[in-house]
Amino acid sequence: MLAALLIAAAALSLVWQPWPPADIDIAARLQPPSASHWLGTDSLGRDIASQLLVGAQTSIAVGVLAVAIGLGAGVALGLVAAARGGWADEWLMRVADVGFAFPALLSAVLLGAVYGPGIATGVVAIGLFNVPVFARTTRAAALGVWSREYVLAARAAGLGPWRITLDHVLPNVASVLIVQATVQFSTAIIAEAALGYLGLGAQPPRPSWGRMLSEAQAQMFQAPWLAVYPGTAIALAVLGLNLLGDGLRDLLDPRLAHSR
Amino acid sequence: MGLFFVKRLFALLATLAVASCLIFAVLELLPGNVAQVILGDSATAESIAALEQRLGLHRPALARYGDWMAGWLQGRSAVSPSYDTPTATLIAERLQVTVPLALMAMALTVVLALALGVYAASQHRRWGDVGVMALSQIGLAVPSFWFAILLILVFAVKLQWVAAGGFPGWSETDGGGLAAGLQALVLPAVALAVVQASVLARWTRSAVLEVMRDDFVRTARAKGLSRRATLWRHVLRNAMIPVLTVMGLQFAFLLSGTVVIENVFVLPGLGRLVFQAVANRDLLVVRDVVLLLVAMVLVVNFVVDLLCAVADPRLQAGRA
Repeated sequence: MLAALLIAAAALSLVWQPWPPADIDIAARLQPPSASHWLGTDSLGRDIASQLLVGAQTSIAVGVLAVAIGLGAGVALGLVAAARGGWADEWLMRVADVGFAFPALLSAVLLGAVYGPGIATGVVAIGLFNVPVFARTTRAAALGVWSREYVLAARAAGLGPWRITLDHVLPNVASVLIVQATVQFSTAIIAEAALGYLGLGAQPPRPSWGRMLSEAQAQMFQAPWLAVYPGTAIALAVLGLNLLGDGLRDLLDPRLAHSR
Repeated sequence: MGLFFVKRLFALLATLAVASCLIFAVLELLPGNVAQVILGDSATAESIAALEQRLGLHRPALARYGDWMAGWLQGRSAVSPSYDTPTATLIAERLQVTVPLALMAMALTVVLALALGVYAASQHRRWGDVGVMALSQIGLAVPSFWFAILLILVFAVKLQWVAAGGFPGWSETDGGGLAAGLQALVLPAVALAVVQASVLARWTRSAVLEVMRDDFVRTARAKGLSRRATLWRHVLRNAMIPVLTVMGLQFAFLLSGTVVIENVFVLPGLGRLVFQAVANRDLLVVRDVVLLLVAMVLVVNFVVDLLCAVADPRLQAGRA
């Protein structure tokens, strides 16, 4: 439900906003919520509701791209590690260990220092961190499939490791990956917000929930409500995605639903 | 144990070496060279040449990498162009804030998570369990820096109990002192801990539930041991391995959380340092701080691995 709300907000913002989000109207600055500005205005007189709606686009875009990077590279690596085993597996997992040592924020700091901060460095940093996450998950799930009897049967029938990977392993690990993707999507939204807050994510005039919060903090004494809305938006979006992930897990793997 | 230790240590050093190469390579591959980036577009050719000379950029990359590593091992470091101070001095100064903050946050996380997780497990499928799970679901969704802003809003802006940020320092001569210093770190530590504890409490709960199904727990109860004594003496000890592992993994998030939280509360720690270094394009500071944070993450996970192996000797055979 909440996840649907997030997507609906972003979709709505593509076609309609109550006010142009980047429109500066100094005369109407720091207005409390009212009929014309539903959630009030910020220090430059920009409409908060419009910024929130468009900010949803930013969050979704970063989330989708970061998960896509992690999913693409991570799943391939995980499948190869599981299919080859031996030293290839050993090496790939060591590389994953190195990846785990770089939290998204650190990579973003490093890349931001070199290439200048921006939404692209944010996406790459979050995406890179997702690669070892997906590689580990895929490998663990794929190893489980490789030990099954139907894989043994496929091998006995003369199928090669790549054929088996595509025909049997990938379809059987897909459900695990869908759940993992939902979880990573929600962590990407939090990471994007943190980067935006630090000024390392989306740059003005593109609205971002994280940057709205850092602007709100500067006005905390005059307009405390400014700090409430963007945070609520982040929390609801993440909560929605987490619950969606839990729901999907129960749906795709009914055994777990009983044990918990 | 000896062989296991050596193998893990070797893996740690290898990972560290690869990580440092990666950091070095990212800075090597940047558009232009380090001196140009540090000085910005408006710099003259002479000042760039002078900085290139000072940084030794004319030497081959491998030699400079070797220098960087040798410097780390000998406690020697490059002089930061924007602070005009050796980066090691800067980092040592800032660690006095970051390390106490991280430790406080971790301690709070562990206490909160173990208490809530064990409580939820003991109340399995009753109201207490449902309540803790719902709370932790919310805790998972709330970004720690937003929670920090809300804490400031309530305790500094509305109630005016504490300052909205800043750090008075540890020494009394600067107007700070131990009590004042700790007080300044309480809200940041709470902001970090609440989110982390939500994750850890869920893991603790499921680990405890898992162990409670084991035969030895039934035996302990049959022996006449009370429910509480069984829980603390037998169950928790056996549930510690997954909990410890998750704690180690969380440490990385705790550290990156510290970077953000220090900026929320304007604390002069490593996070503030690295953030300002990015703004000043001070690549030497960024390089050293990032490597230090990565090293901290790796060392903590190494220690966790060893602790797990001590707690469960079976792991030594399986993973070595």
